[in-house]
Parts: sequence; structure tokens; C-alpha cells
Amino acid sequence: MNAPGLSDALSAAEPVVAARPRPARRDAGVPAWLQALPFAAVFVFFFIAPLVLVAAVSLWPTSDYALVPGFTFDNYATIFAGCGNLADPCVTLKTYASTLRFSLTAWAITLVLGFTIAYFLAFHVRSVAMQTLLFVVCTIPFWTSNVIRMISWLPLLGRNGLVNQAMLGAGLVDQPVEWLLFSQFSVVLTFVHLNTMFMLVPIFNSMMRIDRSLLEAAEDAGATAWQTLWHVIVPLSRTGVLIGSIFVITLVMGDFVTVGVMGGQQIASVGKIIQVQTSYLQFPLAAANAVVLLAVVLLIIVALNRLVDLRKEL
Amino acid sequence: MKREPRRPGFWPLACVFAGFVLFLYGPVITIFVLSFQGPEGGLTFPMRGLSTHWYAELGKGLGVVDIGAALRRSFSLGAVVMLLTVLLSLSAGLAFRKRLPGGNALFYVTVASLIMPSIIVSLGIALQFRLLDAALKWLLEAVGAGSMLEGYTTSLGLYTSGLGAHLSWTLPFGLLIMFAVFNRFNPAYEEAARDQGATPWQSLRHVVLPLIAPSVVGIGMFGFTLSWDEISRSSQAVGELNTLPLELQGLTTTVTTPAIYALGTLTTGVSLAVVTAALIAVAALRRRRAAPR
Repeated sequence: MNAPGLSDALSAAEPVVAARPRPARRDAGVPAWLQALPFAAVFVFFFIAPLVLVAAVSLWPTSDYALVPGFTFDNYATIFAGCGNLADPCVTLKTYASTLRFSLTAWAITLVLGFTIAYFLAFHVRSVAMQTLLFVVCTIPFWTSNVIRMISWLPLLGRNGLVNQAMLGAGLVDQPVEWLLFSQFSVVLTFVHLNTMFMLVPIFNSMMRIDRSLLEAAEDAGATAWQTLWHVIVPLSRTGVLIGSIFVITLVMGDFVTVGVMGGQQIASVGKIIQVQTSYLQFPLAAANAVVLLAVVLLIIVALNRLVDLRKEL
Repeated sequence: MKREPRRPGFWPLACVFAGFVLFLYGPVITIFVLSFQGPEGGLTFPMRGLSTHWYAELGKGLGVVDIGAALRRSFSLGAVVMLLTVLLSLSAGLAFRKRLPGGNALFYVTVASLIMPSIIVSLGIALQFRLLDAALKWLLEAVGAGSMLEGYTTSLGLYTSGLGAHLSWTLPFGLLIMFAVFNRFNPAYEEAARDQGATPWQSLRHVVLPLIAPSVVGIGMFGFTLSWDEISRSSQAVGELNTLPLELQGLTTTVTTPAIYALGTLTTGVSLAVVTAALIAVAALRRRRAAPR
């Protein structure tokens, strides 16, 4: 069987409420609230309070280095200054457009790739042992630091990298291709490299729960493999697709490390703007940007939820 | 063994899978190989000789960055995060099995923390501790503790804000694994223990814990490796002393020798060693449980 691990963690995200452990019939020993208290305290102090502060500070006036309480919409006004003109969008809109484009591209590729791999593992690999083995093979790279997985593209994509050497050697190009590294291409490639797993794992879990007799029924009714895939497997994998999509989109929307390292510090992203503003101690501006980013991410999640009703799936 | 013909689509899909695995592993294997460049070697192929030269260089330090200290910092922070992740997730997991008022809200907050863009959490924690600093300074001034005020710089640190930032990332994984575990847990064992007159503590210690031990090891493994590789949440929230991944991120722009590949290989090695140790521990625990006594 699987080792306890990522598949457990990501699959447990599926049965949001329904599969929660049933309460024991008799409460005994330590009261439940006391057992949950340290855990809850961490989230109150290191998650909820910081978010509330971000929202509050986004309304404080910008000042040099000090944090001065106040109430103003100036930060938001600064962010969106000159954004009315859609013919020549302001920096903020351009940055959001570029971040969204990265998100959608990475999402589309990881979805197709993750679904294909999951489908292969779940329905074409026959023995459970082989399934487990191949699945574990896919999840191992998750345990390596993201930065290392990024820098490991350098010797492949660089001007004198393996890809260029091979293409030159094969006579495909006359001179090294420059756009392989520190470009939009390398950023998207790295996003796919880092995040496909977050799509693959939940989809695989959804597929493994599909009752195999449904597939036989489809076959008996004369469905082709393609029809079975489209009318049986895809609808029944929706929960996994939704969870994977939420992971990939939130990871890419907030990213600043990948865009920084693989974009050669030349490509803007919302996360990077927040990081830069923080390093210059422009906290109110950074906070306002964080609130806008959060709003956009929440909108995407709500939209996804509309597309696939998570409640109904449970 | 039945030997039906492979269904149509198997071989194309198998090729996609093989390509995917190559895509996943190829780059990492490349830097592993390149880290053993000879002293003359550069960042790309061809290999010029074979040596551990760049590991020795790494031992001497990279520029102004004290790699050894960063490594020790990350390791001890990872150990603390691991311990707390196990203790808090286990305790919360047990709480969720009973009637827990507000349990739903806590669950949603936990999931929200998992999918919240990390830069926002990191910024929030940094803000929180800066405001805390301001409040403390004001307080110290108010009570007239001038000497303490001079020595005081900031409450931002590895084991305050940094630890909190890491826990907000590792605990959701811990709790979800606990849920997965207790979903499959048969409460009949506990009832049997209770019928035999075991106290709640005894039934936890002698019945529940041994049964779920492999998963608890898994949670520990998650806690350590997630903390060991973490960047986004720490970026604003660790204070002055950086963790290893943060140093590594900085080095990507300044170090132009294979020493950086050596460092990459080394930290990957630590991650994989922890995962392997955890898997061995899990296997040992399973075997002990399966063995007749």
C-alpha cells in the first residue's frame, strides 16, 4: 500500500465535511476543545491575525519606514492610478494580466498533463503494486526544494546548455536560441515542472474511487474508450480536477520565487511586487496589493466552484 | 495470470508517462552529475574531469554566505517544526473525533491556510511582529526601562515569526493526514480497550497510538521536509538570519560555479534521507504490528 503521505493529505481534502471522523459516542478524557486549542491558537495567531492586519494596514497612510495607524484609501488609489485608460493599461493591470496569463497557461498544461498521467496510472496500469510504484516515482521530486528544481534547468536551457548544444549539433539552428532561459517560456516550463504533481495527485485519487463496474457497464452498452472517458471518467473526476486547479492557480498567482529566478528578475508578477515593496518597507502599499491579490484569487476559486459544485460532489 | 491484450491507447499513454518522468527527473539528475565537475569545469556540459572539488569549495563557504550556519539553522528549525507538527496535529486530530464546537470553522481555516498565497501570509506575519515590536518599545519606554530598550531590536526571528510561518504551512498537511487516518480507523479497538477497563490515556497510549504510528511518522516527515524546503512563507518572516533555501535563492544570482549544484545536491540529499528514514520507520512499524507475538 501507499506510504502515508501526499496522497493521503491531498485526498483527505476531498471529503470536506462528509468524511470527517464521526464523533465518538462518549466523550471521555481530555475535553475536545482543550486538545484542539494549541492547533487552533497557531492559526489564530499566525494566520487569522496576520490577515486581519494586512487588511487593516492596507488602509494606513504610507510613511517612511514607520507604521502609522490611520484610515485612507490612498494606497489603493496609488495602485490603480491611471488604470482608467484601457488602451494603455497601467503597470498594475499589466502585471495582473501577465500573472493571470501565467496562471491560466500553467493551469491548462498541468491539467491536461496531470489528467493524462492519472488516467494512465488509474486505468491502464493493471497491478496495484505497479500503480503504487509509478505513483511514488511521480511524487518523489516533490521532496526536493523548488529552487533546486529551478536551477537544475540552467545547464539544460542556457545559451551553452544541453538543448542548444544538441540543436546546434543536429544542425537545427545556426546559433544558440536565446529565449529558452530567463523568458516567459522558462517560467511556464518551471511552473509545469513544479506543480503538475498538485494536479496529478487529487485527480488520481478521484479516479481510483470510481467504481470499475461503471466502466464495464459503459463497455457493455457499446461505448468506445473515448466515449467512456468523456461521459463517465471525466465527470466522475471533477472533484479531483477542482482541487488540483485550486492548488495550481493559487500557487502560481502568489508566486514570486519562480518568476524571479526563471524570469531572470525581469518579469513582473503580483507576488514579486509585494515582495519588493516589503523589502523597501512600504508596508501599507504591499498590504493593499496583497488584499487585491487575495480578492482576485478568491474570485477565481468562487468561479471554479460555480463550474463544479463541490458541495454536490460530497 | 490472465494476459489480455493491452487496451488501445496504452502504448501512446505509456510514452507520455515515460516522457513525464524524464521531464521530472532529467534536470535534477543533470545538476547531480554536474556537481562532480573537475576544478576546470563550468555550469554546463561537457564534464571536465570528475572530482568532489566543488563540494570542498562549498565547505569553504560561498562568498559572504555562511552555508554551514544556514544549514544548521534550517535543520534545527525543521526539527522543531516536525515535533510541533506531530504533537499539534495529533492532538487536534483526536479532538476532531469527539464533538468539537467550532470544529467546522477550524477545518475551513486550516484549508484556507493551505491554499492562501504564501506571500500574503508572510507579509501579514512580518507586519504583526513589527507592530508587536512597536508596542513593546512603547511599553518599555512607558515603564522607563531604558537599558532594556537599548538592547532590544526586534521580535522577528527564526523561532518566533519564522516558526509560526512554517507551522501555518505544515499543520494543514498534518491535520489532513490525521483525517485520512481516522477515517479508516476502526473504533472497535478502543471500545474493546474501554470494556477492559482502560482509562482514556491507556487506550490512547497502548491501542490508538501503536495503530496509527506509521501515519504519525509520515506527519513528522512532512513537517520536516516542508519546513526544510520552505521559501515563500519564510521570505518576509524569518528576521535577520536566513534559512538555507532563502540563502540558496539569493545565491542563484551571484554564484556562477558548480558549487551551487553541489549545494543543491546536498540539500536534496537531506530531504531524501529524511523521507527514506521515515519510510523505513513506517515499514518497521507495520512489520512489528503484523508479526505474531
